[in-house]
Formats: sequence, C-alpha cells, structure tokens
Amino acid sequence: MQFSVLILVLLGVMAVAFHVGRRRSFATVGGPTGVRKLHSLPAYYGFYTALWAGLPALLIAGVWVFFDGTVITAMVVEAMPAEMRDLPPAQLGLLVNDITNLANGNIVSGEVTPAMQSAADHLNELRALGGTALAVVALSIALGAGSLAWRAIGPKMRARNRVEWIVSGLLIACSLIAILTTIGIVLSVLFESFRFFQKIPFTDFLFGLEWSPQVALREDQVGASGAFGAVPLFAGTLLISFIALLVAVPIGLMSAIYLADYAGPRLRSYAKPVLEVLAGVPTVVYGFFAALTLAPAIRQAGEFMGLSVSSESALAAGLVMGIMIIPFVSSLSDDVINAVPQSLRDAAYALGATRSETIRQVVLPAALPGIMGGILLAASRAIGETMIVVMAAGLSANLTANPLDSVTTVTVQIVTLLVGDQEFDSAKTLAAFALGLVLFVVTLGLNIVALHIVRKYREQYE
Amino acid sequence: MNTAENVATEAVNGTKVRSEQGSKPLDSDFETVGEVRVPNARMTATDVNVYYGDKHAIIDVNLDIGKNQVIAMIGPSGCGKSTFLRCLNRMNDTIDICRVTGEIKLDDQDIYDRKLDVVPLRAQVGMVFQKPNPFPKSIYDNIAYGPRIHGLVASRAELDEIVENSLAKAGLWDEVKDRLDQPGTGLSGGQQQRLCIARTIAVEPEVILMDEPCSALDPIATAKIEELIDELRENYTIAIVTHSMQQAARVSQRTAYFHLGNLVEVGETTQIFTNPRHKLTEDYITGRFG
Repeated sequence: MQFSVLILVLLGVMAVAFHVGRRRSFATVGGPTGVRKLHSLPAYYGFYTALWAGLPALLIAGVWVFFDGTVITAMVVEAMPAEMRDLPPAQLGLLVNDITNLANGNIVSGEVTPAMQSAADHLNELRALGGTALAVVALSIALGAGSLAWRAIGPKMRARNRVEWIVSGLLIACSLIAILTTIGIVLSVLFESFRFFQKIPFTDFLFGLEWSPQVALREDQVGASGAFGAVPLFAGTLLISFIALLVAVPIGLMSAIYLADYAGPRLRSYAKPVLEVLAGVPTVVYGFFAALTLAPAIRQAGEFMGLSVSSESALAAGLVMGIMIIPFVSSLSDDVINAVPQSLRDAAYALGATRSETIRQVVLPAALPGIMGGILLAASRAIGETMIVVMAAGLSANLTANPLDSVTTVTVQIVTLLVGDQEFDSAKTLAAFALGLVLFVVTLGLNIVALHIVRKYREQYE
Repeated sequence: MNTAENVATEAVNGTKVRSEQGSKPLDSDFETVGEVRVPNARMTATDVNVYYGDKHAIIDVNLDIGKNQVIAMIGPSGCGKSTFLRCLNRMNDTIDICRVTGEIKLDDQDIYDRKLDVVPLRAQVGMVFQKPNPFPKSIYDNIAYGPRIHGLVASRAELDEIVENSLAKAGLWDEVKDRLDQPGTGLSGGQQQRLCIARTIAVEPEVILMDEPCSALDPIATAKIEELIDELRENYTIAIVTHSMQQAARVSQRTAYFHLGNLVEVGETTQIFTNPRHKLTEDYITGRFG
C-alpha cells in the first residue's frame, strides 16, 4: 500500500472513530436527553476516540518511514554477493546508489550486471513487503487503540480534560519544532565553523586585515593566497550599516514624531500603513534600484564634483538600505511615542510648554529606551541584509572608510563563497560558515538587547 | 488620546445619566441660581458653550473666579465641571473635536482671543491633574522644568532657590531635600501629587486649576493636599473640581454646582451646603442622586 493512501485511510479511520465515540457517549447515558449526565460534551468523547485511533498509528508510520530506507538498504547489502559487499565504503555507496536507481527505473551509471539486477529486484520486493507490513501494523494499532478508547467511554470519563491534555501536547510539539530547527541551524553552523577554525586560526580570521579566500590548488597558482582576515568584511558591513542608519534614524524618527504628535487621526491612519509598505518591498527590488538607478546617479554626481566614485559604492547600498529600514525605526518609534501617556503631555502643556518643547523634553526622553530598541532592531536588520549589498556594494574586500569606494560585506561574501560548486573540505567553503556564525552572534546579540529594552520600557507605563 | 477619550466618555455618560434619571433636560433658557459675579474677579466666564463634536457639553455658563479664593465645582459625573475647568487654561485645545464659544477673561484679557498666545496663558493659569503625572525625570528637574522653558532664571543658584521655595510651599521640601536627584516617579502617590503642585507653582501662576487632585490618593495624603490648598489661597486663585462634597466644604469659599452641562447654582460654600436654593442642588448634596 502506498504511504499517502495509508495516511488517507488513517484519517478516514479517525473520522469514523469520532462518530462512533460520540454515538457511544450518547448510548451510555440513554440518548441525547441524558447529555447532562456526561462529564464532557459528546464531541469530546468523539475527539478522544479519534485521537487514540489516529495518533499512535501516525506516529508509528512516521517513525517507520524515517527508518525503513536505512533498514532495507542494509538488508539488500547483506544479501549481496561477498565480492560486492567487501568493496570500500565509497564504492559501495556508489553501487547502492546505482541499485536504487535501477530499482526506481532511473538511469544507471555503468553496465547492469546480473548481480545488480537481482539486488534491485530484492530491493523492490523488500519495499513492497515493508509497505504492506506498515499498513497492517498501522491499521491494527489504529483499530486496537481506537476500540480501547471506545470501550473506556462512560459518563464518568473525563474526556474533555484528556483531549485538552493531548491538544496542549500537540501545541508544545509544534513550538518545539521551531525551537529545535533554530538549534539545529546554530549547531550546523557551529560545527562547520569549528572545522574552519581547525584550518585557519581563530585570531587570524577575526583580526586579519586581508580577505582573499581563493585557496591555491597548485603550487604555482597566481592570485590565490588564501587569506581569511575578516576585518575588511566587518568594516564594510559596519560602513554600510552606518550609512543606512544615518539615513533611517533621522527620517524614521522624525516621521514617527510627525505621525504620533502632529498628524491628524485620518492622515495617520493612511500614512502609517503606507510607510510600512516600504518594509514589504522585496529587497531584490531595492537592490536593482540601488544598482541601476542610484549608483550611476551617485557616480555622475561625483564626477561632476571631481571625485572618483566607483560604480558600485558603499554609499549607494547604504542609502537604499537606509530607505528600506525606515519603517523599522518609524513604526516602532511611533508605537513607543504613542505609549507615552497623554497625562505627561498634559502636564507639560499645562506648564506652558510649546508642542516642540513637550516633544523634545518630555515625550522623547520618556520614549528614548523604546526608540533605542527600534534602532537596534533596524541595525540588526541592516547588518544581516544581503540582496541590496550583493547588487550595489561590490565584491572587492577593501578596507576603507571612504563611502564612495566599493566594499563588501559579510553577507555578500557568504553568498559568493557558497554559490556554485562546493568542496566541503576546503577552507574557502567553510569560511562561509564562520562568517555566518559571526553574523548570527552579532544580530542575535543586537536583537536580544533591543527586545529587552523595548520590553522593559513597555512595562513602565502599564 | 487618553484625556480626549476620558472627557468624551464623561460627556457621553452625561447623556446616559440624563436618560436614566428621566429628569427634564436643562436647556439654554436655564437661569443660574445665586450670584455668578463677584467684586474681585480674577477670571470671568461669559456665555461659555462647549461642544465635543455634536455633543453639547456645557451650556451658557457664566461664572467668576474670585481672587485669592478657592472655588469648588461639584456635580455628578459628566456634568461638565472638568470640561469647564479645562476651558480656563485652554487645555481643551488638545482635544481635536472640542469647540468652545463665549468669552473667558483673565484680568480683562479674553483668553480665547485669536491673537492670544496660549503658552504664556498656561504659565499664568496652571493646572494640577487627577492622577499625579510627574515627568520621568529627577525631582529637581520636575520643578525646574517650567522655570527653564519660560526662561525665568538666569543662574543655577536662582533655580535652586525656586526649586526649594516651590517644594517648601507644597510641603514636600523636608521629605525630599536629600534626594532631589532621584526620579519623581519613585515618590508615593501623595508625594507625587504635591510634587505636581510644586511644579505648577514654580512658574508663579496667578490661577491654579485642580481637577480632582485627591481622587487617586488615600485619606492622609488627601488631608495634606487640602491643608496645602488652604495655604496656597493666600497667594493664588484656585479653582478645584471635586467629587467629594466634604472636600468642597472643607477647602472652598464658593461652590458651583453643575448638572448636565448647566451651572445650576453658585454661592458661598456654607450657604450651598446648609441652605441650597435649587432643588437639584439639594438633591445632590443630600445624596439623593449623583
């Protein structure tokens, strides 16, 4: 039986179990008139039966599917002739791959020997057998557990509590998936970075001033020094983020002040969502705006003033990135400015403060922690931003503070290191993970600090 | 904004009171009982009407605020007493839907004159709010804020003196003199309210408006504030809105009773509480409703 069919059948079993369970709950109290004698609403008895019928079987099926590939392959290898079985692991892997392809009816790399053909047939047999066995096991578990649950139904049984217990378990499982995924990502980055740091010393990476990740494959190769000093990348990232914040913080903050304290409610209700649309523009769109419109414009302006501007400049990328993160600053600042109680404004007004005095001296100081939080979130967004800088900032790892030069960032280098064919034993590829780890640590730190500040501030007035 | 909502809700509650009690709605023909004018008036309100959008919150109110006197404004919720108080230093300007007609004069100057700047007006007519609202700054900076923005001081020593005097007048100096650099929000509720009063008198206003200044305080703190109000009367003109009739009787010389936007009766406080002339006033102070 196909796995998808099995799942459908199990869902059908659950639906039937629901009805049967619900019917039985009525039956135990003598029809619908006796519903009040039941501990829980009848539907809960239905859910209870259905969950017992479905969940254990689905769980078994899941585990089975997860492991059966490995088990079946092992059995096929076991049954192979000795001379094939005793091949070195790498070749054995290729052979198994070929056999699997043969069994699936795909193209095989070499010539098909009778031994391979028989192994493929064996594989197919085992698979069919496994599928049938799974179906039988799963269905019998479903029916067994379902009928046990069905028999347990009675007016005294606390079906609601049990169902809610199971539901809360499901909720926990779902949130665990998100958390475990994050942990998994962190660990994978961590392990690959560890491998990188075995090849390149940690201090060389963190404090080296030259970035040239081409590793020489031959002795006499030109231009492949294999220098992994990440400082130029950090500097480029910081330069671009700094330019972006220089754009986003004043514009975002002032538009937030305007929206919160000057704009009428009607204008505010339109202007705020429109401003937030900026955050919804795909970054690749910003990227080609930066690369095709802004960068040439900056270069022309620079030539006009007699400056030499490279066609991909930190300035172009930073300006556009600044526009992109305006909503982060303005939206969060607007929220915290609004959260400053009206009574504080009234107090200032009643002392004869003007509107701008009230905002500068009372509202902004009170909202400052929250605004800082917003700015830090925007900064972590700017540091992690990739697409705009890939398209507009260039690839050359210059260690410079001149915004008219082309620079490169951590994210850009990760992209270039991992695009195309990889060799996972080379420091060049592994460097991407080390960079990713640094980026992750920095943005995580910024986010934690920012969220902490914002939360602390929110509690202050509640 | 918060206050706009509060006042607006109060205004709406007013209509509710009206329908619930089924009492005959008062209208613009209503004639206030008692003497609305006093010989030494500091502020004079003539034919004041206030609208929140379509809602007519105050109807043709005439009232004088006497010099160096405390006038108490009492009445059931939503009767317009707070609204009237907020007209006196144009705090209603901060509410978008609010519209005020009529004339309010401070020493012969119409405060709703188009040419008048609201900033010096509010320095002359200070306000203390229902809930203590110290700035999240130090105690010192709370008091110094007003004198600083109005440029009243030339030197730090002068400012120190104003801070000390204001806190002393508000009866708070002894309690906070050793911790002037600590945040004002860290004080107790009653201390915070006295801090707010000190902050108000630091800019040397002529009139102080108080909108239920004790409603968020415990009885001991309330007693202190009432004592303070009585002392402040020597130098300032005070208008206070209160829900507590005992408080009105204790601190005020004149009392005005508002009902559903009308000023029903004004008079000497002793007369209002011992011998009210209007039926509605009598019903209210004897606790028949409100």
